[in-house]
Amino acid sequence: MDWNVISKSIPLYWDAMLLTLKIGWIGVALATLIGLVSAVVIHFRIPVLSVIFKIYIEIFRNTPLLIQLFFLYFALPKIGIKISAEVCGWLGLGLLGGSYMSEAFRSGIEAIDIVQRESALSLGMTDFQVMIHVILPQALSYSTPAFVANIIFLLKETSVFSAISLMDLMFRAKDLIGLYYNTAEYLVLLVVFYLIILLPVSILGTVLERRLRYASFGT
Amino acid sequence: MANTLLKIEHLTKSYDGNVILKDFNLSVRKGEVIVIIGPSGCGKSTLLRCINGLEPIQSGVIKLDDEIIDSKSKTITKLRQRVGMVFQSYDLFPHKTVLQNIILAPTLVQKRDKKEAAAEAEQLLDKVGLSDKKDSYPRQLSGGQKQRVAIVRALCMHPEVMLFDEVTAALDPEMVREVLDTMLELARQGSTMLIVTHEMEFAKAVSDRVIFLDNGEIIEEGAPQTFFNHPKTERAQKFLHTFEFEHIK
Repeated sequence: MDWNVISKSIPLYWDAMLLTLKIGWIGVALATLIGLVSAVVIHFRIPVLSVIFKIYIEIFRNTPLLIQLFFLYFALPKIGIKISAEVCGWLGLGLLGGSYMSEAFRSGIEAIDIVQRESALSLGMTDFQVMIHVILPQALSYSTPAFVANIIFLLKETSVFSAISLMDLMFRAKDLIGLYYNTAEYLVLLVVFYLIILLPVSILGTVLERRLRYASFGT
Repeated sequence: MANTLLKIEHLTKSYDGNVILKDFNLSVRKGEVIVIIGPSGCGKSTLLRCINGLEPIQSGVIKLDDEIIDSKSKTITKLRQRVGMVFQSYDLFPHKTVLQNIILAPTLVQKRDKKEAAAEAEQLLDKVGLSDKKDSYPRQLSGGQKQRVAIVRALCMHPEVMLFDEVTAALDPEMVREVLDTMLELARQGSTMLIVTHEMEFAKAVSDRVIFLDNGEIIEEGAPQTFFNHPKTERAQKFLHTFEFEHIK
């Protein structure tokens, strides 16, 4: 292990990590948004929209991210839609993640006892108000473990971004290995930097889960 | 009838072909307390749920004053504000404190001022002896306390009719009393109430009229003294007999 190589490469990895983090978190935010909207739409069985969301979920849950990225990056320009690699990255991640998040949120919504909805309705609330003020806050706490697992999964999936020439961590590592052949050093750095990204999420997730476990509010 | 507040005419309700309520008729006067009793599955809970527009009905009309209660209409949320309901299982929102539970609908639905709603909530809580619990979460309360909060939560919307669906059925005997006392107090203040219960002594004390329901039909109805002491129908006699143990000894 050549520590000199490692210390010299840290700034390069740092820049790549920032890019990975940026695209990763935009993707996670988009996935959360899509997931929430589609879970609510499917729960209310809104005509047309709920069918569209169901088809969307099945397509994106059952195809690899790499292929989705290829489609966005290489196929769409052929029909005149050109998007930058960076946008392809977070859009692909958001679409893939949205399908997973939707299922996580939906199972949370379905875990809430029907009497919660009925008692809120009996107070004169609309279905939408019931969803926002009564169902979702409880559902999200049930969904937290799956939500956190999905975030970790999505951030790890960023490693395929190098396939569409995004200079993320994986790209940087492969690039440096190809140039200098210090395979061991560069791979160790790659692992370390992924841990820097993911360990805080993991730890924060565990804390959050413990605080929200089974909607045990007020303890 | 003078001052009829709630009128149900020819109500029929069925679930997947099973008829729950058959051609059901009932008029409720303002300030009247009606207790509905009957064996389980007789349709009493369903009746309350229909009155609150939680169940679609197959035929007939339910009217509050002159407005028709229809679970599918756009005005149903307006009508539900005028009908308060307390359920058997604890229906408080677990993620909100007692005070937040009570003022959620008044501030959200009726757009009332938060301070004013909270002041009223505290006053009502004081009346049911729970003013020290306003910042507690539901899980920190006993069953009886939860039900009293649920009653206060419904009252804070100023409903014209209160529906109680076996609100003491899931409670320990000692807690039943505190909830029933709260309801008795409401009756004394002149609230219009429809109460489904299995507490016969309470029914006798609180009601102006008792309705005995079986298989979705009114078998017998009358003043509580008459009904409980001299039930006319054999079915009602048999039902009331199941609550007596003297003959066993």
